[in-house]
Amino acid sequence: MKFTHRLFGLPIAASLALVSGVAFAQAGQTVKVAFIDPLSGPFANVGQNILKSWQFVADKLSPNAAGVKFQFVPFDNKGSPQESLNALKAAIDQGIRYVVQGNGSGAAAAIEGAVAKYNERNPGKEVLYVNYAAVDPSLTNEHCNYWHFRIDADTTMKMEALTSFMKDQPDVHKVYIIGQNYSHGQQVSRYFKEDIKRKRPDVQIVGDDLHPIGQVKDFAPYVAKIKASGADSVVTGNWGQDLTLLIKAAHDAGLNANFYTYYASTSGVPTAMAQGVGGKVRMVAYAYNSLPGPSIKIQDEFKKKFNDDWYTTATYTGVVMLADAMAKAKSTDPVKVAAALEGLHFKSFNGEVEMRKSDHQLQQSLYISEWRKADAKNPYSVENTGYNFQKVKEIPAYVASTPTSCQMKRPS
Amino acid sequence: MDVSYYLISLLNGLSVGLLLFMLASGLTLIFSMMGVLNFAHASFYMLGAYVAYTISAVIGFWWALLLAPPIVGALGAAFERYALRRVHKFGHVPELLITFGLSYIVLEVVGLVWGRQSVNFRPPESLRGPLFTIIDHVGSLGFAWGEPPAECKGVANVICTQFPSFRAFGMGIAMLMLVSLWLLLTRTRIGLVIQAALTHPQMAESLGHNVPRVLMLVFGGGTALAALAGVIGGALRVTEPSMAQAVGAVVFAVIVIGGMGSLAGAFVASVLLGVLDSFAVGSDQSLLDLFRVLHMAVTPESFGYALWSVKISQVAAILPYLLLVLILIFRPKGLFGTREG
Repeated sequence: MKFTHRLFGLPIAASLALVSGVAFAQAGQTVKVAFIDPLSGPFANVGQNILKSWQFVADKLSPNAAGVKFQFVPFDNKGSPQESLNALKAAIDQGIRYVVQGNGSGAAAAIEGAVAKYNERNPGKEVLYVNYAAVDPSLTNEHCNYWHFRIDADTTMKMEALTSFMKDQPDVHKVYIIGQNYSHGQQVSRYFKEDIKRKRPDVQIVGDDLHPIGQVKDFAPYVAKIKASGADSVVTGNWGQDLTLLIKAAHDAGLNANFYTYYASTSGVPTAMAQGVGGKVRMVAYAYNSLPGPSIKIQDEFKKKFNDDWYTTATYTGVVMLADAMAKAKSTDPVKVAAALEGLHFKSFNGEVEMRKSDHQLQQSLYISEWRKADAKNPYSVENTGYNFQKVKEIPAYVASTPTSCQMKRPS
Repeated sequence: MDVSYYLISLLNGLSVGLLLFMLASGLTLIFSMMGVLNFAHASFYMLGAYVAYTISAVIGFWWALLLAPPIVGALGAAFERYALRRVHKFGHVPELLITFGLSYIVLEVVGLVWGRQSVNFRPPESLRGPLFTIIDHVGSLGFAWGEPPAECKGVANVICTQFPSFRAFGMGIAMLMLVSLWLLLTRTRIGLVIQAALTHPQMAESLGHNVPRVLMLVFGGGTALAALAGVIGGALRVTEPSMAQAVGAVVFAVIVIGGMGSLAGAFVASVLLGVLDSFAVGSDQSLLDLFRVLHMAVTPESFGYALWSVKISQVAAILPYLLLVLILIFRPKGLFGTREG
């Protein structure tokens, strides 16, 4: 018996050694990744949660395909594009060559531009930027850049998905759009109006409001206006505190409308929703709580460790994507990894996804989910409220996909 | 736009205005006594909210409402006694700077003690529901106490708007405070001494009153009022490190518009700004509508269209400061102020 064991064991061990020795030149390295997002101010809770999410997922997925260790280094950009540039500079000064950022398309545009300039001027020291949540379409269209990779779906894709669900809802007649006054809020409004006009021309837009981001502490006047408009549905791209306070004010005033959101899962919002919302809350995203696959287990473990929710599942996508690309490039050099990322197919928590070569926009399935009481099929409790997001519609990647006008300039 | 909308907007505006007044009253009192703008005033507002949050987690909201203002007031008095009084002899600029410095210190201390995220400070259970519901049938208006009645659900053409109890409670506290402050200043002995020390400090001193102690009392009292506003404001809105900055600038606008040192002015200006904001947010008019009334043709191709098409709701946040500038230009002493310039 002993003999057979050795007989079988030897070649396996030898081949393992061979693989790790030859293919994984980058194995064992620690890759530092700068996390540039708000860690103070009105959106601090969101930033803090996502910072934990990145490191947690990276540790959970270790050992990864490339055999590297990811270390996320936090930089507080206070939600401002200007501070983001300072943070980026600090990160580069520390020798960090990977950047992740997501909260705020304004900050994203600043980082994308700064990374592009830096890489042009400092060949050999290139920095690669993974955008996990900033959904401004221009980042992968007119302002697209080779060093920017987006793993969230952009607003045109999300709106395509959301309106394809809304068009089948007979109770949608009067829609009120409210958003934060910056590129993201403006685009949610613009693309919703375009898409719904095409799909349900009978739907009436009864209001279209923009408010200063992170500044409004009392949404009662806005809710009074929504109420007076007679809206049955509210479409909003708000996130974090701006959505929490909107939902809170809607509850206080007894607003009886359905909410169609992008970010109802962000920190603080679920707790506000559990107090009661007049209508239903629906969300368009690349995930929902009981999505079959590896995310359920990570979600539970994250809850156990931090008593918090792992809602930015794009962190999983990001870690797998970078690890796969590093394995393919056999290096952690951003120049080689960026080349490997173009057109990369890989398996994320929500199935097979593709980093589209033409504009560096990830192509993935999207889901419409609804905020409902937990049940046997959907047991997870978001923010310990006894509720969670349950799937009501799936939009496959090829349907959610939108064309790009990007004319990518690749380094020669 | 219907009647219930105007009513609820008015109530919302009043509740914001009264909250502002609680803050502004302390600030304007301190200014009229010492001739010094207390830049750290909003920081005491924030401290009030955080201290109340900590107390309410242990022994409940009502104790927090009772205890947080005196605790913060004592801190304010100590600051006056040990810091402000020492720099008083160097003139107004050092006094101004020391309060400015204090606002930064408070901000950092709050961040260190309670963290940089918002904390979950909420009204007590008994005040979370609606106080009353405005029922707007077509052409008729009705009221119902408490939860919305059955007719609100499922019946078309009925708009029911709830008014939260805690908002009403905050308004009640502010009114109570206004009346008691007025009684204190005009009807009591200590009030008379304060008034005397305001206008004729030397004479009050030579009559045997301890004017520095009166100053300390007023400073402590003013900060306690700010803390009281903080308890209400923190529970009504969000308790977070940026809450001081969020109200700080508006409060200065209030006391300048109302007239420096005038309590009545502070009251009128607070309510004015609160109601103005509430209605401005709700109105979608822009300069385009004005041009239309004047029969001027303005199209998207016209010069400056982006500017003309900005809706009032989008500029609501800057209206207080616009008013501030206009007041400073046309009536520098403010609406009810007594000082020139």
